[in-house]
Amino acid sequence: MKGWRRRGDWLVGVFDRQEAALVRGLVRQVREMLEVRAEEAPQDELAELTGIRTGSSTAPDDPILSRLLPDFHRLDDDAPSVEDQNSAAALRSLHEPELLELKTGVAGVLLETCPPDGGEVRLNEEQAAAWLSALNDVRLALGTALDVTEDMPDELPPDDPREPHLNVYHWLTWVQESLIQAVAG
Amino acid sequence: MTTPVEQERTQVDPAGAELGAEDTPWQTVVWNDPVNLMSYVTYVFQKLFGYGRDHAVKLMLDVHHKGKAIVSSGSKDKVEGDVAKLHAAGLWATMQRSG
Repeated sequence: MKGWRRRGDWLVGVFDRQEAALVRGLVRQVREMLEVRAEEAPQDELAELTGIRTGSSTAPDDPILSRLLPDFHRLDDDAPSVEDQNSAAALRSLHEPELLELKTGVAGVLLETCPPDGGEVRLNEEQAAAWLSALNDVRLALGTALDVTEDMPDELPPDDPREPHLNVYHWLTWVQESLIQAVAG
Repeated sequence: MTTPVEQERTQVDPAGAELGAEDTPWQTVVWNDPVNLMSYVTYVFQKLFGYGRDHAVKLMLDVHHKGKAIVSSGSKDKVEGDVAKLHAAGLWATMQRSG
C-alpha cells in the first residue's frame, strides 16, 4: 500500500494480497463483536409492539466493546450521581441499536470495496467516509487490546509479545492518516 | 463578599445577545484519547458540525492539550444527537448540564 490519492471524485489506493487479508480480517473480527453485542440486547415485548428498538442499558464488560460503545455521561469517577447513572442507562438503551447498525454498516462497506485478494480500491466520497470510520473502529479495538498510550514508543523490544501487533496498529494508523489527507486535500 | 458579583453584573451588556444557560442548558464534551488521530478529530468536527477548519483545529487542540473540550451546546435533544453522532465517528463524547 503506497498511500491513497485522489483521482477526480474518487479516492484510490492499492492493497497487496497480505494487506487486504489483514484489513479485511480485522474488520470482520470487529464486526462480529458488534453483531454478538446486538444479539445480546434484551428482547422487549413493548419494542416488538411499537417497533421501537431498545438496546442494552448496561455498558459492555469487554474493554474493546466498551470503548466502541461509550456511555453518554462519565461514570468513571468516584461517585457518579444516581441521576447520571440512570440517564446513561436510558440513553444507551435508546441509542445503542443505531450505533451498532452504523458501525456494522461501515464495516460492511469496507468489506464490499476491498478485494479479498488485493488490488485497486476505488472509493467515492461516501465510501471513503465509511472506510475512515471502519478503520478508526479497528484502531480503537487494537489500541484498546494493546493498551496504547499517548507516549507509546514506535517500536517495542523484539521479545515483547505485543510487538507484531503494534506494527499492525502503526500501519493502520498510516493508512487512515493517508486517507484523511486524500479526502481533505 | 458581594462586590465581585456586582461588578460582573454591571459589566454585562443588557442588550447583549449572549446565550445564557437557559438557552443552552446542555453541552457536548469530547475527551482526549490516545488512539484518535488529530487529523481525524478535526475532520469529524468539520463534517459533523460544519465548523470551519480553524475552529475545528482549535477545538481539537483543546481536546489534545487540555484533555477535553466543549464542542457544542443547546437543548438536551440537540446535544444528545451530537453525542450519538460523535460516538458513531468513534470519538469519546459525553453530555453534561451547562454551568
